[in-house]
Formats: sequence, structure tokens, C-alpha cells
Amino acid sequence: MQNFEYFAPRSLPEALALLENTGQKVKILAGGTDLIAQLHAGRAQPAIIIDIKNIPELNRLGWDADKSLHIGAAVPISTVVDFPYFQQRFGMLHQGCSLIGSTRVRNRATIGGNVCNAAPSADSAPALLCLGTKAFVANSRGTRVVPMLDIFRGPGKTSLAANELLVELEIPAPPAHSAGCYLRHTPREEMDIAVVGVAAFLVLAPHSKTCQEARIALGAVAPTPIRVPTTEALLAGNSLNKELITQVAEKTAEAASPISDIRSSAEYRRELVRVLTRRALKAACVSLDIQIESGD
Amino acid sequence: MKKDIVLKINGEEREVTVESRQTLLDVLRNHLGLTGTKEGCGNGNCGTCTVLIDGKAVSSCLIFAVETEGHEILTIEGLAQPGKIHPVQKAFIEEGAIQCGFCSPGMILTAKAFLDTNPHPTEAEARQAIAGNLCRCTGYDKIVRAILKVGAKTL
Ligand SMILES: Cc1cc2nc3c(=O)[nH]c(=O)nc-3n(C[C@H](O)[C@H](O)[C@H](O)COP(=O)(O)OP(=O)(O)OC[C@H]3O[C@@H](n4cnc5c(N)ncnc54)[C@H](O)[C@@H]3O)c2cc1C
Ligand code: FES
Ligand code: FES
Repeated sequence: MQNFEYFAPRSLPEALALLENTGQKVKILAGGTDLIAQLHAGRAQPAIIIDIKNIPELNRLGWDADKSLHIGAAVPISTVVDFPYFQQRFGMLHQGCSLIGSTRVRNRATIGGNVCNAAPSADSAPALLCLGTKAFVANSRGTRVVPMLDIFRGPGKTSLAANELLVELEIPAPPAHSAGCYLRHTPREEMDIAVVGVAAFLVLAPHSKTCQEARIALGAVAPTPIRVPTTEALLAGNSLNKELITQVAEKTAEAASPISDIRSSAEYRRELVRVLTRRALKAACVSLDIQIESGD
Repeated sequence: MKKDIVLKINGEEREVTVESRQTLLDVLRNHLGLTGTKEGCGNGNCGTCTVLIDGKAVSSCLIFAVETEGHEILTIEGLAQPGKIHPVQKAFIEEGAIQCGFCSPGMILTAKAFLDTNPHPTEAEARQAIAGNLCRCTGYDKIVRAILKVGAKTL
């Protein structure tokens, strides 16, 4: 591994000033579970590394008065998944985060790193997209708020400029009568990368079985994690039943644009999208006390 | 780009001069002579390099030594008290959970950190806890039995 200069700033302004002055050859280090593996493999060769773990502003984890959750970019995933009420309020994100690596990985890895590494298969991404997450991105001149979808630009690419840093994610409180589910397929249960990941999120109209709003997001079937607005629209305004779910699952599979690679053929990925979408929608229905006739 | 740092390892402060690019694993083995921590994959997958930082299991191959200043590091060498091995070590011996021994330091530290937070686990929880640690010898059953034995003893 090529040597580099290591900085561990103790405040956000200090970190942002460093970033401003170092330009392109700098890499930000959060948990290092992606970055250090990439450095070992020679796939990244920064001259400077800025460790963000000692910055108090990035270690914030807490609920706002309006019950939105703020997750600082340096908070390890194991701390987030154990945070009081996290699992109850954001079940689908809890599912996604709990699948990342092993205990050892989650003790270091951050959700911010999962996002900024921008793998199409990132397990936190589909749930973050469904939950309407906002990213707070700062440079030395100020902070901008970016919707999650606008962060991802391509495999390994985000919309953050070289002088910018992800400070925290804000996840709004889910609406009343809503539930979601994230499912992924991997050949092994643990320590594997998603062949396909599917998140489904449903909001019911009060006292009914009618879907008021739906969000579906997919991982590992396009250059970035994606939402599927066409099939979300099929659900909105309609009564949730087996036929509708089957139809939405089929159309979602058609909307995906998977590739063939070492993990799977494109055809198999498309079929997985269909099956996992159906299962995720059914699971969300079950959480909302709507029983859907079982298939598989 | 050498740096003098102080690491707190197994309750002792150790001064070392390191390059930023050196992993904790490298520094433990090659500067401090703590060769109980093993290198298998070097990329976070196998668990042989597991150490505890502030009580939590981590991969020392994916952490730079410079990142760990100010934190408590526990390696397998620091687990036993003078004249008394740790209950997890004892259970591993009794259950024959060690064959070649290459995975054992990482397995034992993973089990210790797990039992510290979940003292009476189910078998499924114990298997989940070591899912990130590979063993090519024992077939895992004896390791799981050893972990469950510690859990049952402290009931
Ligand atoms: C054994 C193993 C298993 C894994 N399994 C999974 C899995 O099942 N699912 C999955 O999705 N991932 C998995 N990963 C990948 C990785 O653990 C996750 O992507 C993790 O969330 C990355 O977080 P980190 O804090 O370690 O990121 P780092 O490695 O520190 O950073 C990742 C990238 O993001 C950039 N970055 C980090 N923080 C910021 C910030 N605040 N602002 C701007 N840029 C930033 C870094 O510069 C780097 O390019 C696995 C990794 C390993 C080693
Ligand atoms: S050597 Fe660190 S996990 Fe394999
Ligand atoms: S005892 Fe040989 S690898 Fe586990």
C-alpha cells in the first residue's frame, strides 16, 4: 500500500478546511471497511486520508422533536441498529443494516460509508430511498440538503464534490399506517453481497386496505440503487390484494435493468426482483394487518 | 510520514513508531511481537485477525494503527489472567474446539465479546455470532458447543 498522510481532525470546520486545501488526492475515512480493502487492493491511492471518527458533529445520533432520526456519518452501524426505537420505527432500514457484513464489520462500518461508497448493491440504500432520507452535505462555505436519490451517480460515484463531506443523514418519521420490508438474495446467508435487494414501503389510507402511497426501491439491478415510480403508481389508490401484488411484482421486474456478472445472470436477477418484490410487499401487508393469500 | 503513537494494548501503554499505512494487525505482529493475532484474508472476511477495541470485535486488518490511539485494545495474549485462563478459553479446550488453532484467537475473542453482551445465547444466536469467522478444521459444531457451555455455566 502506498503511504499517505493521516489527519484526524477534531471539529467539522477543521475537517472542511483540510478538504478545501487538499483537492483531489484526498480520501475520507469513516469505518474503513470499504476504503481500506480498496487500498489493500491498490484500487485507491490517496496522498492524504482524513479520518472523520473524532469529529463530534459527525457522531450525533438522535431523534428530533418531530421524530425524525439524525444519523451522523461517523456512527457505526452496530450503534445505529441497537439505538432505542430504531427497529420499531424503521424496520426496513434495520433489516438492511443488519445484513451488512458481520458483527465485526458493523462495529466499524457506517451507513454514510455504505452510501458514499455507492455500490449498486449497498444494503442500506433501498430502505433509505423508500424512507425519504435527506443527506446533509457540507463544504467550508456551507451545507446543502440533498435527497438520497440525488446522491448516487453510478457504481462508486456520488454527486459529492471533492471538497464536500457527508455530515449526517436525516430520516423523517414514517407516516401513520405505514410499513416496509427489505429483502435481499445472497447465495450464502451471511457475509455476501446482494445479488438483488428489494425494499417495499406502503402507506395505507386511514381505516382501510387501500394503499395511499407506495415506494419500491431496488439494489444491484442498475448502475445505482433505484426507485421504481411506474409500479409505485400502480399501487397508489388501490386496494391491496394478491392480484395487485402479483401484477406489481411482474412490472417491477420488467422495470429493472440488471446486468449479467459473476454473481448472477441478468435473467436470474430479473426473476429475483419479481419474487422478492412480491414477498416484500406481502410482508409489508402483514405488518399492516392485511392478510394476503399465500403463494410462495 | 512516520508517527510516534501510544497504543493501549492489554492494559499496557506501548509506544511505537509507525507509518500511517500500517494496519493494526501489522503493528501488533511485526512491531509488538503479539503474534497471537493471525492474518488470513487481509480484507475483513475471515476473522482470524479479530481483536477487541473498547470491548467490540473488529478486524485488525481493516484498521490503521494510527486510528486506534486513545482506545483500549485487547488481543488474545491479554485474555487470560495470570495463572487463570478465561472461561471461553477453558470451554474451547474442554470441547475440543481447537484443531490447527489458526482461527482460535479470533474465534475466542469473538465469542468473548458476544457473551459479554448476550451471556445466555441460543444455538442460533451463537452460530450467527461467529458467522464472520472461518474455521477450516472443526466443522464449527465444537466451537458452538463451547460457546453454549460458557453460557450454560453462568446461568
Ligand atoms: C467482510 C465485509 C463484508 C461486507 N458486507 C457487506 C454487505 O453485506 N452489504 C453491504 O452493503 N456492504 C458490505 N460491505 C461493505 C462495507 O462494509 C459497507 O459499504 C460499509 O457500510 C462502508 O462503511 P465504512 O464506514 O466502513 O466506509 P469507508 O470504507 O470508511 O468509506 C467508504 C467510501 O465512502 C467514502 N466516505 C465515507 N464516509 C464519508 C463521508 N462522511 N463523506 C464523504 N465520503 C465518505 C470514503 O472515502 C470511501 O470512498 C462489506 C465489507 C466487508 C469488509
Ligand atoms: S485477516 Fe482480517 S478478516 Fe481475514
Ligand atoms: S481450528 Fe483450524 S481453522 Fe479452526
